[in-house]
Amino acid sequence: MNAQFWLIQSFNGISYGALLFLLASGLTLIFGVMRIVNLSHGAYFLLGGYIALSVIWATGSWVLAVPVAALAVAVVGLAMERVFLRPLGFDPLRQVLLTVGFAILFQQAALDIWGGDSLDITPPDLLRGSVVIGGIYFPVYRLFMIGMAVVLGAILWLVMEKTRAGAMIRAAVDDSEMARGVGIDTSRVSMFIFALGAFLAALAGVVGGGFLGIYPGLDFEILPVAFAVVIIGGMGSLTGAAVGSLIVGLADNFGKALFPEVAYFTLYAPMVLILAVKPTGLFGRE
Amino acid sequence: MLHRLKGKLGWKLAAGCLALGMGVSQTATAAEELRIGFIAPMTGGFAQVGKDMSNGFEMYLEEVGGSFAGAKVKFIVEDSEAKPPVAVRKAEKLVHQDKVQMLVGGLLASTGYALAPVSTRLKVLYVASIPAADDLTQREIAKYPYVIRTGWTSSQPSHPFGEWACEKGYKRVVTIGADFAFGYEVVGGFQRAFESCGGKVIQKIWPPLGTKDFGPYIPTIKKDADAIFTLMAGPMSLQFPKQLADAGNKKPIIGGGTSYDEFVLPSMGDEVIGHVSSLQYSAALDTPKNAAFVKKYRAKYGKVPSYYSESNYTTAQMIHEVLKTTKGKWPGTQKFIAMLSKMKFDAARGPVHFDDMRNPVQNIYVKKVERKKMFGYDKDELWNTVIKTYPNVSQFWKYGKTEFLKQPVYSREYPPCKYCE
Amino acid sequence: MSSRGKILTVMAALLALAVLTPFASSYMILLITQALVLGILAMSLDILLGFTGLPSLGQAAYLGMGAYLTAILATHYDFGLGWSFWVVILLGILIGAATAAFFGLFAIRATGVYFLMITLALGMCVWGLAYRWNSMTGGDNGINLLARPEFGIRLADEVTYFYVVLGFFIASLVMLYVLVKSPFGQSLVGIREREIRMRVLGYNTWLHKYIAFVIAGGFGGLAGVLWAHLSGHVSPQDVILATSVDALLMVVLGGPGTLVGGAIGAFVVVSLRDYLSTVVPWWQYVLGGVYVLTILYLPGGLMGIPERIRRRRALSRSPEETKKLQSASH
Repeated sequence: MNAQFWLIQSFNGISYGALLFLLASGLTLIFGVMRIVNLSHGAYFLLGGYIALSVIWATGSWVLAVPVAALAVAVVGLAMERVFLRPLGFDPLRQVLLTVGFAILFQQAALDIWGGDSLDITPPDLLRGSVVIGGIYFPVYRLFMIGMAVVLGAILWLVMEKTRAGAMIRAAVDDSEMARGVGIDTSRVSMFIFALGAFLAALAGVVGGGFLGIYPGLDFEILPVAFAVVIIGGMGSLTGAAVGSLIVGLADNFGKALFPEVAYFTLYAPMVLILAVKPTGLFGRE
Repeated sequence: MLHRLKGKLGWKLAAGCLALGMGVSQTATAAEELRIGFIAPMTGGFAQVGKDMSNGFEMYLEEVGGSFAGAKVKFIVEDSEAKPPVAVRKAEKLVHQDKVQMLVGGLLASTGYALAPVSTRLKVLYVASIPAADDLTQREIAKYPYVIRTGWTSSQPSHPFGEWACEKGYKRVVTIGADFAFGYEVVGGFQRAFESCGGKVIQKIWPPLGTKDFGPYIPTIKKDADAIFTLMAGPMSLQFPKQLADAGNKKPIIGGGTSYDEFVLPSMGDEVIGHVSSLQYSAALDTPKNAAFVKKYRAKYGKVPSYYSESNYTTAQMIHEVLKTTKGKWPGTQKFIAMLSKMKFDAARGPVHFDDMRNPVQNIYVKKVERKKMFGYDKDELWNTVIKTYPNVSQFWKYGKTEFLKQPVYSREYPPCKYCE
Repeated sequence: MSSRGKILTVMAALLALAVLTPFASSYMILLITQALVLGILAMSLDILLGFTGLPSLGQAAYLGMGAYLTAILATHYDFGLGWSFWVVILLGILIGAATAAFFGLFAIRATGVYFLMITLALGMCVWGLAYRWNSMTGGDNGINLLARPEFGIRLADEVTYFYVVLGFFIASLVMLYVLVKSPFGQSLVGIREREIRMRVLGYNTWLHKYIAFVIAGGFGGLAGVLWAHLSGHVSPQDVILATSVDALLMVVLGGPGTLVGGAIGAFVVVSLRDYLSTVVPWWQYVLGGVYVLTILYLPGGLMGIPERIRRRRALSRSPEETKKLQSASH
């Protein structure tokens, strides 16, 4: 276990965390603003990957696939929120069941449309291969994931903190009644946030697809991990999502490398402990 | 006297004609029906594999016009969802409701282990065309008298491959395999054979089944290994070679057959060129029989057949051959097993016959991934070129059956890693 | 319908089931037995969800504990295959309750969404253990039970096992019914409605919720034992998230807070998953559709339909009719 080992493992953990951040940021926003437990989030991730594949097959362009897939899923999310979730109001149980129902429908539809083979999203050559620093190989794609997470995180932070729209969103998160009281259209905000959450999940799917592959079942595999991040970091907090994804990424990585026997335990046991001690997570607010 | 003779002869002749007539009319009116219950995942993460499996079987059925030697085949497919309890329930439905004479299929070892006791309990034939769990036809065989395997055992291709690795000159190998029974058996078989001819397995890594990010594992691979032996299943097979290449690996990669099987090969890239593996089938097997099989399958289903398809296609062929000898009549479970065990087949994968533990004895092919054109297709594609053939490989390899069975089944701890540092 | 009427209806339905089932096809008997076992699980969840207002996303964990215990005792220790079957039943209930007692310490502090999340996480922990602890649980392969117990009667016979399971179902139903009608049960409902008021009145709401949680775990464990013998096979697939979600659906579909609703929901979900899937390949769409439509259009579940019909009729009645009805009932 020399310095090189720790360096590589940390790098790997951070890059995995970066991917998780892309996925979890959407989930945490949706929960924070709308108090919706979105169990379709994994399906959005998967759909993003599949739609990107279709775009690549049709046009050969990966660069085009990224925004197209993300926007397409954002529209799906929007529709789901307006038509199905809005009438439910705040009822976590019903949201769970409704979003699970949709996840099942999406999974079957994906199977019917794209077939069941394991597919791969091949990124442009620019992002392939590795950079060698000091004899250590750093895969470019991992660097790209970290870069994307940082850029996206920065954009989100700027929007939240420095723009009027962001202020409205934060107001709606903190106290939606008050927000309505001062004239903020909270239903518009909700719609936008849900679409944004779906957008981010799909984006994560396209980016993740080049790293994890795209296959049926991935949606339900990635979902508990995303929830682990959001719960540890705190639901509704972007900072929490960032910290949580770092923690989960590193814990998962080091846990598997050092204690492979209890791989899944190292992921879910901390989740239980944090929920028991501080249910709102590290950075969450009640 | 001639008169009496004529009379006797006449009676005999008449009786004979009557008997013949009755016999003929029986076979004419009693068009036997052979009901086959096929269990495979049709939804969920393994749905595509399940489809490949049933496609293989169905293609053979179509070729022979839907009947085996006069028996009309009723082929009923049930979705196991890749969940053993569901497979068990569907099996019960097939046996009790559809009155099938046999169950075929199953994908995962866990499904095989779940269906085998069902076959014992319901006294129905189970033809395991894919589940490769070693002990089904080894140490546990007494529990399952109605099971016969037409596919392979997990360690069957690994034994000759271990010998091949010695011949190639590898001395120190690191194994990295998915952490479940199938992984243990494939790696175990390799380790045993490799160490018997002087090789050393110096490290064994077990990423959990379903791992997508191999970041934690790749850096721990010992630097002084001659080669890396991998066993990946499902989506893991796709991601691992890529991540390994990205991490700068320069060592030769060898592995279990499913790591590079035609199910995943089309989705792979140039990072797997040169990787060598072993299995009882490769779509690139350059024999006339296989060429015909591959071309037909591809024309029909749009993809090169994997071993999942070949195994079920050949299973259908085997059932047909047995029925040919009984002229289309279902001989009953035990007779069927006895007959099948004694026959020899010329399958797409090559010659196959059975050992006395109801497992196939067949060729094992050492295959290498190359990008080239084959079978007249005009595109350069990835194929598993056969570079060596080991004929007549049984599940026990060169170890005697009794000696082999004395040792425990391959597991995470067995064979023990004597040379692990 | 008066509560007397409801009880009679339930008894009639159970009687019909007991009498008619043996005449159904073998596969049908199997499915009905399966629905009854899952019905016990659903009813245990109803205690939490319908009566106490605690939505648990981890009920499958207790089924898993009971099932694995049964399987391990049967295969590693050769225990539970004769009269000892009854001991295993007891142990299954105990292990379910003990697990819930342990998990409850973490979970009961939370409410609403957080309760959902923490029970999800706890369920995943059990799944993780089942999956990774190869030496004990067989890992991915699971454990095979070779035969059902035999003690004078052969449980291997489908009809016999059906009656045994039916017996446990009725016993569970009766016990839970007594529980919800008792003062303890009433206080659970009180907690569901307004926990703060209950606390003000001096109730130790934490303890009440905790006890309900443990009881639900115990019945979950019972369902687990029966489940293990039903399939003859236990694997991590029995404790995946989808099982817990299915249990939730059963309760919501049937009608939370009605006890039998859970059982009705179980019958519906089993028919969809295990019957419809043998008939059509697009059954997953139906399943997903049922999830969605139930939530949108049946807030009270199937059991709530008569109530809705009554309410709609009341709304569409003219004032004179209403007065006539009111005077008639005096």
